[in-house]
Amino acid sequence: MSRQLFDFHGGIHPPENKTQSTQTAIEPCFIPGKLVLPLQQHIGQQSKPLVLPGDRVLKGQMIAASDGYVSAALHAPTSGTVTAITAHALPHPSGLTETCMIIDPDGKDEWGERHAIADYRQADKEILLQQIRDAGITGLGGAGFPTAVKLNPSEDLRIDTLILNAAECEPYITADDMLMRERANEVVAGLQIIAHILQAEQCLIGIEDNKPEAIKALQDVLDAEQQEIPVRVVRIPTKYPSGGEKQLIQILTGKEVPNGGIPADIGIVCQNVGTAVAVYRAVDHGEPLISRITTLTGEALDRQGNIEVLLGTPIKELLSHFEVDPAQLHRLVMGGPMMGFTLTDTDLPVVKATNCILAATRKELPDPAPEQACIRCGMCAEACPASLLPQQLYWFSKSREFDKALSHNLLDCIECGACSYVCPSNIPLVQYYRFAKGEIRHEEHERTASDHARQRFEARQARLEQEEAEKEAKRKARAEAAATAKKAKQTTKDDSAEVDPKAAVIQAALERAQARKAQKAAQTDKPSTDETKSAAMSAVERAKAKKAQQADAKEGAEKPVLSAVERAKARQAAQNQAAQKENNSNAASDGLSALERAKAKRSLNNETASPDEKADKPLSALERAKAKRAQQVATDDSPEAPESVEAEPQATTSTGLSALERAKAKRAAAESDAASGTEAGDQAQPSTGLSALERAKAKRAQAAEQAANQDEPDDKDSAQQKAPGTSVLERAKAKRAAQQGEPSEAAEKPMTALERAKAKRAQQASEQAEAASEEAQQATDEEKGD
Amino acid sequence: MALLRVSSPHLTRPGNTGGVMMLVILATLPGLAMLTWFFGWGNLINVAWAGLVAIVCESLVLLLRKRPLAFYLTDYSALLTAVLLGISLPPLAPWWLTLVATAFAIIVAKHLYGGMGQNPFNPAMIGYALVLIAFPVEMTSWLAPQSLAMTESQTPGFMETLTTIFPFIGGESFDAVTMATPLDAFKHKGGLTAEEFWSTELAVSSQSWRAWQMASLGFLLGGVYLIYRKIFTWHIPVSMLAAMAAISVIFWATDPSSYASPELHLLGGATMLGAFFIATDPVTAATSLKGKLYYGAGIGILVYLIRNWGNYPDAVAFAVLLMNFVAPLIDHYTQPRTYGHKSTK
Repeated sequence: MSRQLFDFHGGIHPPENKTQSTQTAIEPCFIPGKLVLPLQQHIGQQSKPLVLPGDRVLKGQMIAASDGYVSAALHAPTSGTVTAITAHALPHPSGLTETCMIIDPDGKDEWGERHAIADYRQADKEILLQQIRDAGITGLGGAGFPTAVKLNPSEDLRIDTLILNAAECEPYITADDMLMRERANEVVAGLQIIAHILQAEQCLIGIEDNKPEAIKALQDVLDAEQQEIPVRVVRIPTKYPSGGEKQLIQILTGKEVPNGGIPADIGIVCQNVGTAVAVYRAVDHGEPLISRITTLTGEALDRQGNIEVLLGTPIKELLSHFEVDPAQLHRLVMGGPMMGFTLTDTDLPVVKATNCILAATRKELPDPAPEQACIRCGMCAEACPASLLPQQLYWFSKSREFDKALSHNLLDCIECGACSYVCPSNIPLVQYYRFAKGEIRHEEHERTASDHARQRFEARQARLEQEEAEKEAKRKARAEAAATAKKAKQTTKDDSAEVDPKAAVIQAALERAQARKAQKAAQTDKPSTDETKSAAMSAVERAKAKKAQQADAKEGAEKPVLSAVERAKARQAAQNQAAQKENNSNAASDGLSALERAKAKRSLNNETASPDEKADKPLSALERAKAKRAQQVATDDSPEAPESVEAEPQATTSTGLSALERAKAKRAAAESDAASGTEAGDQAQPSTGLSALERAKAKRAQAAEQAANQDEPDDKDSAQQKAPGTSVLERAKAKRAAQQGEPSEAAEKPMTALERAKAKRAQQASEQAEAASEEAQQATDEEKGD
Repeated sequence: MALLRVSSPHLTRPGNTGGVMMLVILATLPGLAMLTWFFGWGNLINVAWAGLVAIVCESLVLLLRKRPLAFYLTDYSALLTAVLLGISLPPLAPWWLTLVATAFAIIVAKHLYGGMGQNPFNPAMIGYALVLIAFPVEMTSWLAPQSLAMTESQTPGFMETLTTIFPFIGGESFDAVTMATPLDAFKHKGGLTAEEFWSTELAVSSQSWRAWQMASLGFLLGGVYLIYRKIFTWHIPVSMLAAMAAISVIFWATDPSSYASPELHLLGGATMLGAFFIATDPVTAATSLKGKLYYGAGIGILVYLIRNWGNYPDAVAFAVLLMNFVAPLIDHYTQPRTYGHKSTK
């Protein structure tokens, strides 16, 4: 007893209020009507249920196993039937709901199998630890850390001192006090088992000097029998919070647990009195942790005292067992008045960490006084057992300067409440710290999450870049090949029909030949529709257009013909685009010959020359007429609409194609777009045949649509034009891609050159579309990433 | 059954800020009683008048700031400021002097900075410094001490004091015999040595010296009581007095004929009042215990320096205000070592 003691900084002396619950002996267990056993009563992983609703369980039977190393098993506190495994409110400051096992006791209190260890001294450490683990023992002081984990410190740590925390410094609580008075032998026995497991050299029982009976009881046990590992009862001055693990270590040894470390780092392990008894019961009797001593106190209760209570007992039943006066009950606290938390529901169960239920009247624990301004008196700093500056932490928490709070070691706050207790301005300081800690945790979580997102994004970005670079390299190779091909074409000027996988010139020649054939076919196939076979648009055509325009006008929609100015603009656009295309595209872009461009111009000129006068939406009646006719042609040509639609645009690329042909092709394309405008694949197909003229027209159509949509949203025609209009850009891109692309290997099958060309271009177009969609995907990702 | 949901702790020590302030006010009583005994009713009337002004000013500002009156007035912080000012100002200070000092202290030095707990400077000392600089003549004339017990009183009676302070009340104005405080007299002793100074009864009567000693002891008594009641710790007063004693001993020992004795420095002026009631103002002082030692010592040294080489005979107000500037810096460098940490970083 004459051991040198040390003091810890700060501390307070609140009224103890312990005597009211130490007048009677610990009451034995009673079996409640229902047991609610949360699967999470400890720090670590939630337990895994081993039984199903409807199963009968025996007292002490494991009903949930520990899931992982840091976890704890759960046992049936008495025999009965599992009625449900369901979400139930937990006794937790947040009032959160977790999975609980509900057991209906059958009243028989029938024990299941128990496996005691005859002599723990002969048993292997691992076996003892497993026994403790299987008994579901967690720290009964309040935190609920699995005991088997705590008793198995890392191999390189040498534990010389085992401290039994018997300080019980919180006001009101007397559970440990009563346990020591009545079962001192079990406390010492449990302590010996723990010391044996840890191979500790000495045991210290730190106990506040306000528990003389308990001290005497322990001393009697120690005096009666020689202990294997020396045990010393150390009487320490009563001061809150001497029962804090770190504070008790400081009092008894003068050592401090290093910041961020655990007591084992300085060769110390601390255990609670209740835990020691539980270990003894588990090892010596094979009884798992199914009950605990809890203090029932507070002036709202008629009787006050301690009771051995089955885990899972609803607090409601416990309160009525101690004859609560509901009218008087104002504040219900689980734990002590300094660190306990309020319960607003009496349906909650007793859990492993429930050391006290304080049913207080309003007079006993008055409502918090209004918060006054901080006068920086520094009483909080004098009271703080962690030597913090609570006042500064308060200012920082209040102004959300969390980095400053952290630099003032906010996280070393043990939330003992001493600062709040002494504050003359009644500032709920601890609440501010909890808020700040919560915010800091939240920020940290968000930062981690965004870090992960960024890492993922960067990885993806790198991958995409690499893929892009590879693609670019391929593209360049293709372009070079195309350039070579062009050179070859210029030198040979040979219209060879032979299949040469390398030479683009052959492909081009094939195309041209095919196109010519197609042109001929078109001319012969559709004499009725095309009265004029000249390159320029015939007057008839224009006349028809006019008629169509009139018809449209009759329909009610006012669609004057495109004004000359607009057409001029369109032409300019066409020229621009043609020029741009030349700039942009590689050698392959020369596939569109100057002749073609000239023809396109001519056809535009024809249009311009046409006697249209009435201005209107950019889509001319002429256009629509053409489109209509093209549709007819298509249907005439072949019953398979898509096929013909494809075939005609193909033809337009050939150099020898007449403007008329191209116009038709365009119309067909427009038609097909209108038919299936939403599908990207369809858009790509007709696009292959687009000339500069086409694009100009398409542009105009798009502009027209926009105008039409603004003016007359109901206009059917403009609505119909919408689809192709929107796909203009797509088509242009597809086309450029097609031009850039190297001519693929001509197929060996009896496919015509034209078909092969088609296939190739479709492939390229789809490739392009893929690339585009990838781009879009990337953009979306970036958005998400932001 | 509606159960209360609150965060721990559920216990708090009874009492509030108002209680602390009231205790400090009560602790000034011994010193105030001594002042009244030796110098007449002047300080008492000053305290009452300043208190009235303070409460009115506080109420006005609270109304402007839309704060509940009763809640804030009952923290008695304005009253404490007024009491300290009433004690510091000369007994026969005209009413407007007290008015200006108090109103400035409450409105500018306290509320313009955010009110209770937010002011970086001691409001009473701000008010005092303002009138000291603005009205030096009124501020430096102090009544000749005379025990009230003496029959042939040089000291004015209650009504005479009242009419002197508030001349518009009418009645006979008292033609007070004023004289310098011992510190002031010593400072202006001219070419006299300390020995010569003390031997001349003209400069400072033994009565005057005794009066100041008694008043200082009164404040010392009140201060010790406050330490006993744990209203503040011993750190600031002790370090301030110790620093002052040390520096005055050094100079006095080297040249006793030029420098005043430590006794005169500790008991001759506002040293005790400053050490226990001004420097300990928690709002404006350093907060950590180590910081308080530096803070108190700084005040003690500054008081001595200004008294000897400054223009003013006493210097508690200036020294405290100067150290108010430094308090946050001191706090920054004197963070205590947190449990489990190797150093204060």
